[in-house]
Amino acid sequence: MSTADSPLAALWERDAVKIGVLLAGIYLAYVLVGVVLDYGVRGQLNSIATLTFYVALFALLSLALNLHWGYTGMFNIGVVGFMAVGIYVMAVVSKAPATEAAAGSVGGLGLPLWVGVLAGTVAAGLLGLLVALPALRLRADYLAIVTVAMSEMVRFTFLSGTFQRFEVGGLVIGFGGGSGLLLDFGSPVEQLFDALFLGGVYDGLVGLTGTVIENNPQPVTNGLLYGVLLLGAVGLYYVVLGRLGNSPFGRVLKAIREDEDAANALGKDTKAFKTKAFVLGCALMGLGGILWYMTSGAITPNTYRPRLTFFIWIALIIGGAGSNTGSVMGGALFAALLFQGPRFLQSVVNNLVDVEAPSTFGQALAPIAGAGDLAPLGFYVIDSVRQLQLIVMGLVLIFLMHRRPEGLLGHRKEPAASVELERRPDRETPYTDGGETDE
Amino acid sequence: MGVTESYSRGRELVEGNPLALVFGLLIVLLLFDLVGKLASGAVQVSSVAVLVKDGLARGLVIGLAGIGLSMTYSILNFANFAHGDYITAGAFSGWATTYLIAGGFGSSANVGSLLLVGAGGSVFGGALGISVTATPVAVVGGMVVAGGGAILLSLVIDRLVFEPIRDRDGITLLITSIGVAFALRYTIQFVFGPSKRGTTAAGGVPTLSVPVVDGTVRITAHDATLAVVAGGLMLGVHLLLQRTRLGKAMRAMADNEDLARVTGIPTERVVRFTWIIGGGLTGVAGYVFVLWKGTLGWFDGWILLLLIFAAVILGGIGSIYGAIVGGLVIGLTASLSVVWIPSSFSRASAFLMMILILVVKPTGLFSGRSTA
Repeated sequence: MSTADSPLAALWERDAVKIGVLLAGIYLAYVLVGVVLDYGVRGQLNSIATLTFYVALFALLSLALNLHWGYTGMFNIGVVGFMAVGIYVMAVVSKAPATEAAAGSVGGLGLPLWVGVLAGTVAAGLLGLLVALPALRLRADYLAIVTVAMSEMVRFTFLSGTFQRFEVGGLVIGFGGGSGLLLDFGSPVEQLFDALFLGGVYDGLVGLTGTVIENNPQPVTNGLLYGVLLLGAVGLYYVVLGRLGNSPFGRVLKAIREDEDAANALGKDTKAFKTKAFVLGCALMGLGGILWYMTSGAITPNTYRPRLTFFIWIALIIGGAGSNTGSVMGGALFAALLFQGPRFLQSVVNNLVDVEAPSTFGQALAPIAGAGDLAPLGFYVIDSVRQLQLIVMGLVLIFLMHRRPEGLLGHRKEPAASVELERRPDRETPYTDGGETDE
Repeated sequence: MGVTESYSRGRELVEGNPLALVFGLLIVLLLFDLVGKLASGAVQVSSVAVLVKDGLARGLVIGLAGIGLSMTYSILNFANFAHGDYITAGAFSGWATTYLIAGGFGSSANVGSLLLVGAGGSVFGGALGISVTATPVAVVGGMVVAGGGAILLSLVIDRLVFEPIRDRDGITLLITSIGVAFALRYTIQFVFGPSKRGTTAAGGVPTLSVPVVDGTVRITAHDATLAVVAGGLMLGVHLLLQRTRLGKAMRAMADNEDLARVTGIPTERVVRFTWIIGGGLTGVAGYVFVLWKGTLGWFDGWILLLLIFAAVILGGIGSIYGAIVGGLVIGLTASLSVVWIPSSFSRASAFLMMILILVVKPTGLFSGRSTA
């Protein structure tokens, strides 16, 4: 390995610096575009909050997926199912109760938010256990198909009229069927501050935002604070999963990834290890789902289609499977460039020109054949950015698998031993053999 | 001798695989329950017959498309998640042709609208009077183009995407195929628009009413077309694999690729023919499926894909008969499950079937018989 020549390179070798520089670059780009387009303070703060939201969530979820795929080699493409179970269970537990069945609305158990978050996380873990029992002994590609089928089964369950509403102990609860659930438990940020007896601090922060935004500073403040909260959660995931990966438990997981039979032969109960890692990862995915949709106001089952799973996979592959730092960087890059970037670009173009998009591809092409007018096609492209970005994601995935399947940091080999095996090159005592080295 | 032998074999089966026994008992129990329900009149015989007909039709489509997936799965060693979107692509190319022919090449509607299969509600299949009896040339032409389009697409994608990484492991190829699926699906949505359109003149299809015990089952010309086309193609594939040198080479390659190469089988050519056969069947399957159900949307193939995986795994990867039987079982399971559970869970029941098979017999029903 090359040793650092300059202090700057040494600094770059540190993971925290890498993540910091990447994030700084992303934020700088977004702020600069905002300045050029004259977004104003409110617009800037909102765009930063949205960016932070997605950066943090994709980082969180790729970290959880990294535990499955990067560490243990379990090919789980049912991520979205665990996310959905997390947020749905959380919603049912924490929604305000509704007793009268005639009102047509579905209520919840009315328990505090933190109970809901805990319940959702545990429920996602339990579903993981349920899936793990039959599925983990299968080949990787079978596991993939089983998990994606499972995530669709979860969606069908929430979509189904059977579980739309039912009564438990006089309370009308349910999953709301196709029309989904209204999340009526208020702003989680406010509640968190109140629960920590920091209501005064919260009011102070809202007031602080109020000095730069005249009217209604509260939503902007909430968005920013929630972003900070999410970044904190990323930090927590990062530290916990990093420690886990370096623990004896994590080393067994890596051994399973490399060769399960060998790990088994060494006396490790690989099935138990895999199950534990799978359940833990699923619980973390459930928590990720809760954090993603807790502030969205309402949830519907069809949000949780498999493509969300593939978003997280692309983020992980960009970053490099097996590396926690890579997962965070991949999540950030995916969120900034592939997920949020095209939408940002769309709003930029919409700001600059009047987009009169033709309704079909044919109407977009016809003017080119007629008068060589490219504008309608351009408008159509801008108008369907959400489809195009998915095409781009697919192409990026193909490109990565061709050219760089290990992603940004997947080439790294994490030490399997807890003590350093290589001798340090800067030893104090002189060489007795005349100092001959291979280098 | 015979009795003790079969007794000990039965004992082995039960002791070696208690789950299989439970699973088998469950199916027997469900069948008894069905008979009971029919006898008591809780469920009409004719409605079950309709479900069986629907299940068989869906099963044939799943089986037909599953042959291609099964072949590439065993010969190229990866689960191709883009397969569902080959179905959609084939269906769209075929239906664009059918619209073009049925629309008189622009005489009854704008050529652009016809080629985009009536994107944005610009032209409707019902208005063009499309059905296998009213516009047979358009339907046959569309079917041929659907097959050809899917063949071309799978060859181009193989050349550009899969061939350069042929030597990598199955998971790498699987992830790559997810990228292909994304790019393909949303390209289709980008070009043809997100709406789901009706494609056939539902009223104008000749129908035969077959009397069953307590009612009738209506069999349309499109049901019959689906059965004839799917059955004929399946038979063709069977003959191809059993009677030709190409089929032998394919089977050899599925069995052991290195050995096949050493024996002098031109493996890349076999791979190309695998894509041609699989792609053609897949495209036609997509086309007849749309003809049968009468609607076309950019999501159709993806919805079928998981059911096709279920069928292929159920039958045993690599076996085309497994894919066919698996398709029928999956189709019937999804269709008949509504007797017991709400219809919103019919696909879930098919997935559950797949998971149960994976637990009970991971190698599938026709295990160990690659492509034969």
